[in-house]
Amino acid sequence: MEAIRIQNLTKIYKDTVAVDSLELTIHTGELFALLGINGAGKTTTIKMLACLSKPTAGDAYVMGKSVSKESQLVKSMIGISPQETAVAPNLTVLENLELMCGVYAYDQVDRKERIAELTRQFHLEPILTKRAGKLSGGWQRRLSIAMALVGQPQILFLDEPTLGLDVIARSELWDTIRALKGNVTIILTTHYMEEAENLSDRIGIMKNGKLIVQGTAEELKRAAGKEIFEEAFVALVKGEIV
Amino acid sequence: MRVIPFAKRTLKEILRDPLTLFFGLGFPCVLILLLSAIQVNIPVELFAIELLAPGMTVFGLAFMTLFSASLIAKDRESALFLRLYATPMRAVDFILGYTLPMLPIALAQSVFCFVLGAFLGMQVTVNMLGGLLCLLPVSLFFIGMGLLFGSILNQKQVGGICGALLTNLTAWLSGIWFDLDLVGGTFKKVAEVLPFYHGVKLVQAVIAGQFNGIGIHLAWVLGYVVVSITIAVVLFLRQMRKQ
Repeated sequence: MEAIRIQNLTKIYKDTVAVDSLELTIHTGELFALLGINGAGKTTTIKMLACLSKPTAGDAYVMGKSVSKESQLVKSMIGISPQETAVAPNLTVLENLELMCGVYAYDQVDRKERIAELTRQFHLEPILTKRAGKLSGGWQRRLSIAMALVGQPQILFLDEPTLGLDVIARSELWDTIRALKGNVTIILTTHYMEEAENLSDRIGIMKNGKLIVQGTAEELKRAAGKEIFEEAFVALVKGEIV
Repeated sequence: MRVIPFAKRTLKEILRDPLTLFFGLGFPCVLILLLSAIQVNIPVELFAIELLAPGMTVFGLAFMTLFSASLIAKDRESALFLRLYATPMRAVDFILGYTLPMLPIALAQSVFCFVLGAFLGMQVTVNMLGGLLCLLPVSLFFIGMGLLFGSILNQKQVGGICGALLTNLTAWLSGIWFDLDLVGGTFKKVAEVLPFYHGVKLVQAVIAGQFNGIGIHLAWVLGYVVVSITIAVVLFLRQMRKQ
């Protein structure tokens, strides 16, 4: 089943084409990674899919709902963990989760259940009463993803979730993301090739706002004639193959 | 109902900032104490506690603009806003969530100043409740200005415009520190078309039980409330679209 169908999606800022006639389908339960160098259009694509930016042309359908015309419905089905850590720094971890429960209009009973569930899932017990702004980068990212899941989204956008994290924190976050696979459709943007290769079901590579190639990590390596995924990415982006 | 959790968050963010407690509650009280001490040694009619306490209360409310604008500007620059924009929260949830929590803070500040005024000799009458009621539109004006400046300025600019300029304008053009007649001319005319002077005169008159003539002061303040909140809402919606 289709979770996201993108048709001719285009975003133009003044004289810059950030996303150019994007066509893509992402299936339910899939983890799809969007790769590309800086300015390739990954974050702009995510912003349009999350109804944070209106497309200049084309449209995208999230669980069959148009991001242009039914944004309120789309917003009730998605969760986003933005590139920078998106937590309220002066609130405790528990208060951050409560804020999101309130935003999704949970009643008192459901709120408690949801917070307990996420606390277990993300191992947040030891930090529940700590202020979010005082946490390490790894914990903040984990909280950020937990907050994105409060509304029980069908689609989760993870924009550079492990950017700036140390090796251990990144590995722990990968485990967290792996545990989510299958339950929710995940669209991940990253600059880390090993992250895309390890976590994704399929990978799309963007360049100058266009999706130049898509497939599994193995398919992309074969297409590029390389054994190492990073080398395949470089070859594909440099246009040595396509 | 999404307003309530967001408003709670606004309240916590503001009250957990120690500068809020100092400037919001402490600073006006310190000024009342200081000027009352001067008044003991060199009596000045303007610093009589019946005039000083309501005047300083209005001055203290100018900090509501700073607190509100600082939080909104900080939020606009943060990824948390992006996250919240991608939820079913609507513009009205954001606007009310930012403005409503400021009212209890403003009320608490006003009560603190009045209690201190009473402690320093201001007569405790039922008119004090009327004074608090009249501080409501004054508070709304400053809160509206917070939404307005928070929607268009960055954090650094908010510090300059709201923290320095607006508080000084409130102090100079309200007639709290010196009698506007002493300067007269254009200065007085400018003061009379701005809301600060009318806010102070309104509250002072109500506390003194002199209700004749308060209508004009109330009208000026209410006019500014409507204008500031209308412009603030328009600018907030515009920045939401731009974001």
